[in-house]
Amino acid sequence: MKTTKKTNKPWTLYHANLRTKTLVIISISSILLISIFLSSYLIKPDSIITNFTSANQMPSLEHLFGTDWMGRDMFTRTISGLGLSIGVGAFASLISTFIAIVLGLFSSFNKFTDELVAGIIDLFSSIPHILLIILVSISFGGGFYGVIMGVGLTHWTPLARVLRAEIKKIKTSKYVKLSKEFGKSKLWIAKNHMLPLVISQIIVGVILMFPHAIMHEASITFLGFGLSPHQPAIGIILAESMNYLTSGFWWLAFYPGLSLLLVVLIFDLIGENINKLLNPQSAQT
Amino acid sequence: MTKLLKIRNLSISFTQYIKGLNQKELQVITDLSLDIHESEIIAILGASGSGKSLLANAILGILPPNALVSGSIKYKGNELTNQLRKKLKGTKISLIPQSVNYLNPLMIVQEQAIGTTQTQEEKEEKILRQQKIFKEYGLSKDVNQMYPFQLSGGMARKVLISTALLNNPDVIIADEPTPGLDQQAVTETINNLINLKKKKVGMILITHDINTAIRTSDKIAILYLGFVIEITNTKNFKDNGEKLLHPYTKALYNALPETHFKLTKGTQPSYHNIPKGCPYQENCPHKTDKCIKILPELKTINDTQIRCHHPLIKGE
Amino acid sequence: MNKKRTIRFIEHKAIRFILLIISVAIFSFILINLSPINPVRVYLGEVAVSEAQRVMLEQYWGINQPITVKLFNWFTCILHGDFGTSLIYRIPVIDVIFQKFSASLILMLISWCFSGLIGFGLGIIAGKNKGSLIDKIIKVYCYILQSAPSFWIGLVVLIIFSVSLGWFPIGFGVPIGTLENNVTIFEWIARLILPVLTLSMVGVAPIAMYTRNELVDVLSSDYILFAKSRGEFGWDLIERQALRNILLPVITLQFLSFNELFGGAVLVEQVFSYPGIGQTAVMAGLQSDVPLLLAIVIFSAIFVFTGNLIADIIYYFVDPRIKENETIEDY
Repeated sequence: MKTTKKTNKPWTLYHANLRTKTLVIISISSILLISIFLSSYLIKPDSIITNFTSANQMPSLEHLFGTDWMGRDMFTRTISGLGLSIGVGAFASLISTFIAIVLGLFSSFNKFTDELVAGIIDLFSSIPHILLIILVSISFGGGFYGVIMGVGLTHWTPLARVLRAEIKKIKTSKYVKLSKEFGKSKLWIAKNHMLPLVISQIIVGVILMFPHAIMHEASITFLGFGLSPHQPAIGIILAESMNYLTSGFWWLAFYPGLSLLLVVLIFDLIGENINKLLNPQSAQT
Repeated sequence: MTKLLKIRNLSISFTQYIKGLNQKELQVITDLSLDIHESEIIAILGASGSGKSLLANAILGILPPNALVSGSIKYKGNELTNQLRKKLKGTKISLIPQSVNYLNPLMIVQEQAIGTTQTQEEKEEKILRQQKIFKEYGLSKDVNQMYPFQLSGGMARKVLISTALLNNPDVIIADEPTPGLDQQAVTETINNLINLKKKKVGMILITHDINTAIRTSDKIAILYLGFVIEITNTKNFKDNGEKLLHPYTKALYNALPETHFKLTKGTQPSYHNIPKGCPYQENCPHKTDKCIKILPELKTINDTQIRCHHPLIKGE
Repeated sequence: MNKKRTIRFIEHKAIRFILLIISVAIFSFILINLSPINPVRVYLGEVAVSEAQRVMLEQYWGINQPITVKLFNWFTCILHGDFGTSLIYRIPVIDVIFQKFSASLILMLISWCFSGLIGFGLGIIAGKNKGSLIDKIIKVYCYILQSAPSFWIGLVVLIIFSVSLGWFPIGFGVPIGTLENNVTIFEWIARLILPVLTLSMVGVAPIAMYTRNELVDVLSSDYILFAKSRGEFGWDLIERQALRNILLPVITLQFLSFNELFGGAVLVEQVFSYPGIGQTAVMAGLQSDVPLLLAIVIFSAIFVFTGNLIADIIYYFVDPRIKENETIEDY
């Protein structure tokens, strides 16, 4: 066995092996996200000052992302918008993961429950996702609450599908059949045999759910559902910016959207790299 | 007899990722030297999953990009460069692959058998040849339009052999031609391979099945952990194997049901832990200090090439 | 035997279709009814109606009746093809759906074709040159586009082509509530260009990525190795041995993407004020035009189903491996 020698040249990271690289990417991205999330909470509502003397300024050192028509600093607004998005995303992932796990386990009980779960999954994936979110958020009475529920209750389908398939596979395996013969209860089998085996799928599923949830939160607020116009959500900022595009204030739309893109990209990056760590055979391509 | 291929000190290794994304360099074939003459079948015998097929890929230049190759391969005295390979591949040197998986699942058999053609005339001419060969091997005309998944194991084998023969090659590399076939099909396949010698073909037969090797070949090269440990005439596999010089070869021979059915203890160590000295040291009954420290060179004794510090010259 | 198979397929799909649409209808109806927003109240609160209309409306929605009765009434109406009257447009919902959906279908199908063709091409180029600079560029493009909110891409397109270059007007100034029948074909095309551009750009990413990965997989397969051992190489090898094998799954995937396509259209229509079903859905949602919203949900589900159906048909009837195999248990 030979391990590749570590070179101590300036490009250490470039020469490091994939494992180190993956870990480095995961940690840097996580730190970035956490700091965005935390700093959005440090921004007090009154720090986004309305100051008409500095309205509509191009991006500068003082105002990185420029200012809007009320003279508010777009960088600050963007950061707090991103914080909100990450928060909603986290909450939505939490609910959706919970639903996916419950449905996944439920599907393992018998043929009927399995068919039922398959039917529910089919139903949810047959309506265009964005319409589904609109429907759910209306049914919860709209508003901030409606948006959260709309995003949270609709992102579980891919994970539930994966879990259902995986559980089906485990169920036919020998040791589970053996446990059954020993008279273990279904719940016991689900808890002790299935959950540990599907845990890596759940982890990857949750992280990949995150960017979707964030994107949908932004989309749905952009369309005008939910949050009040004063809340600094990315969707609202972008919707608002549309009124000023004719005046040439491109930065109102450009930077907040770009920041959202980056956040989503970072989540994708983390998800993919964690997947690589958990399933190394997928690492070579 | 003309020498077709001359392989000298060929080594193949590649880097791999294992659990937790650690990188490792795997040495799959080490210091392999071999000659192939016309009308000669040389069997490369080694445990399954030992990467013997990589030898075929190395000769044909179709190794994966992360593979490292050193040593030299000569075709009729000329170094087998990529340029020369391009000319020879599929015409003078051809491969009989392991299984039907080597046929495109969405292409009908005939189209695959004739391969690429530049002009309509060439295509027609190749179809004629293909049909002649198919007939020779008892493949009916229906087979032409079949998809690979519709072929039985024996039919697939015949298709693969006739595909390899279409361009009258000098050198054929047959990769595990017998597994998965019933007894009759095995015999038929072996006879087919032996008959190719009449066409002055030189063949490398890669197999893990010692029976196939003995029934088919003129010479057998035994691989252990990627090292050639012995290259001997097939006729030495007889009686009690007195003329077999390496302890491993002998053990293999003795394990055959027709001889002693004597199983030796021990397993082949993993490629991840190739020992420093003689590769066979862990399972060898004649191990000495020298075996642990020094890798024996391949040397010639009585027409046999052997890599061992203590060859069994007198027999046991 | 093939006929039998086809009949079984059609039966199976027909039953599935009916079941699915019924459950979509019931499900969305219940969701809306759970909402504290009362359609009739909203409707009555915002606009003046005649007594006759009010009675009709109350009858349609079955005010103060239990949800099961309401659902039953609504469902019988739908079965008769009566989706009610749009509260915003004041015309039968079915007319609105027809007009807006056809506008959106044009937008979606054109973008769908573009994104499919371009995505496939880029995927092939990237997959063939795996690991090269061009592969990396295409991969980065796909990663970014996949992470980009489609409405933001629309905004950037708008900034570039309408604001900076001034090639197109900003917003197409369609007053809400008007159905424009008097639009010339050129005006249509002009207002289609930017939304199509945006939707295609977004749609390219998944198909290119998928094509690339499929091609990389196929290129590492045994039969490609064998073809290489027989001297095939370069574009000829890909054309002869790989294209047919990836085309099928790629087309299937493209048909399975109708769900995302619709979602993209909703957002893009909003950005460009394109008078399609997406914009209408948003309006219906925001202004509680319940009959319209429900109808849009049902029709979009039919749209998505159609895509999945075509994908299944391709999968089961074009692939020779499956065509032969009679005993397929689960469709």
